[in-house]
Amino acid sequence: MAHDLSDKEIVKMEIEQLKKEVKTERMVVSKTAKEIVEWIEANAAEDPLLKGVPEDKNPFKEKGGCTIT
Amino acid sequence: MATEGLQENETLASLKNESESLKNKLEEERAKLHDVELHQVADRVEALGQFVMKTRRTLKGHGNKVLCMDWCKDKRRIVSSSQDGKVIVWDAFTTNKEHAVTMPCTWVMACAYAPSGCAVACGGLDNKCSVYPLTFDKNENMAAKKKSVAMHTNYLSACSFTNSDMQILTASGDGTCALWDVESGQLLQSFHGHAADVLCLDLAPSETGNTFVSGGCDKKAMVWDMRSGQCIQSFETHESDINSVRYYPSGDAFASGSDDASCRLYDLRADREVAIYSKESIIFGASSVDFSLSGRLLFAGYNDYTINVWDVLKGTRVSILFGHENRVSTLRVSPDGTAFCSGSWDHTLRVSAGVLVSVHILKT
Repeated sequence: MAHDLSDKEIVKMEIEQLKKEVKTERMVVSKTAKEIVEWIEANAAEDPLLKGVPEDKNPFKEKGGCTIT
Repeated sequence: MATEGLQENETLASLKNESESLKNKLEEERAKLHDVELHQVADRVEALGQFVMKTRRTLKGHGNKVLCMDWCKDKRRIVSSSQDGKVIVWDAFTTNKEHAVTMPCTWVMACAYAPSGCAVACGGLDNKCSVYPLTFDKNENMAAKKKSVAMHTNYLSACSFTNSDMQILTASGDGTCALWDVESGQLLQSFHGHAADVLCLDLAPSETGNTFVSGGCDKKAMVWDMRSGQCIQSFETHESDINSVRYYPSGDAFASGSDDASCRLYDLRADREVAIYSKESIIFGASSVDFSLSGRLLFAGYNDYTINVWDVLKGTRVSILFGHENRVSTLRVSPDGTAFCSGSWDHTLRVSAGVLVSVHILKT
């Protein structure tokens, strides 16, 4: 538990972690960012908060008054 | 002895130097692959118009600050928890309260709905995470069936079921995260690495595999392998506590919200921060973030009572929602993406949705 560790132990933990992370495999941003953009474009049509929902299909539409038929 | 004391300090200082130079090396490695900005790649994408967000439902019933909420997979039920010690399950369509239980402690900082919809988990200052099966039998006392699952040595800040009702992931002020078996209460895995309180966590979308991200008071966001307990990647670019972390829907990135008044996007495959969502006029901390279904929009609740909606690709704000009368403490988009719910220190929860209004219409 972090609160039970001494300052030295915390820094040692950090050093071990950083040594591992320096060796992480990475991809260029131009490739990964392109794929993020593509994913969004592929899914945008199905995004109700992005495209809007017609009032009659909206589950949270305003609660109407009574209709008398 | 005086000389021993000197040796102690030297070692800590030299360790800190080693840590600093490793951090610099890590940044150098990351910078090598930073050949372009996200908004540059997104340049050819059409800009969004203005959004008008409207509150559709207001859920009133808590007697004090709302601290946390979660949606049920049925897209209509919501569980919320409060400083008043109560956990309430609501039908957001009708605003009816379906269940309520009073916890033995105040400040119930975390709550979560089970994937089956048949139980909720919650905890806070009691340092525990407990599971309550939801019963529709009016004669049954919900509190009677309570099951204590997780035990930390400090407050529970966040909890989430994994993809079944059988396991729960927790984050705590004791600086650790932990994975528990609900039935036996057994600790399955613990996650050590944060240097201070862990404030938030989010599980990767199931297709992405067994990882989760956590954020803490040490300004770090850490990505963990659930099976091994190892930290896979960590990011330290925020300037203050990270209050909220949320995976981008494909699992390839995650967003964070911080007391430094910014939200950021971290690309997991490029292993770096790729966007900052901030404005000079926004000076209060972001408490809670979530993406719309496609990941194009990032909703963020702030301590200045507002909700800002960001265009994830362009880095610009597309809408601002007023309405809460105190800090927004929690925010989640519904499972089918039709609305989002925000909880606040003003004791209420609000379910809101937006309409994209083109500039042309606004002018008439």
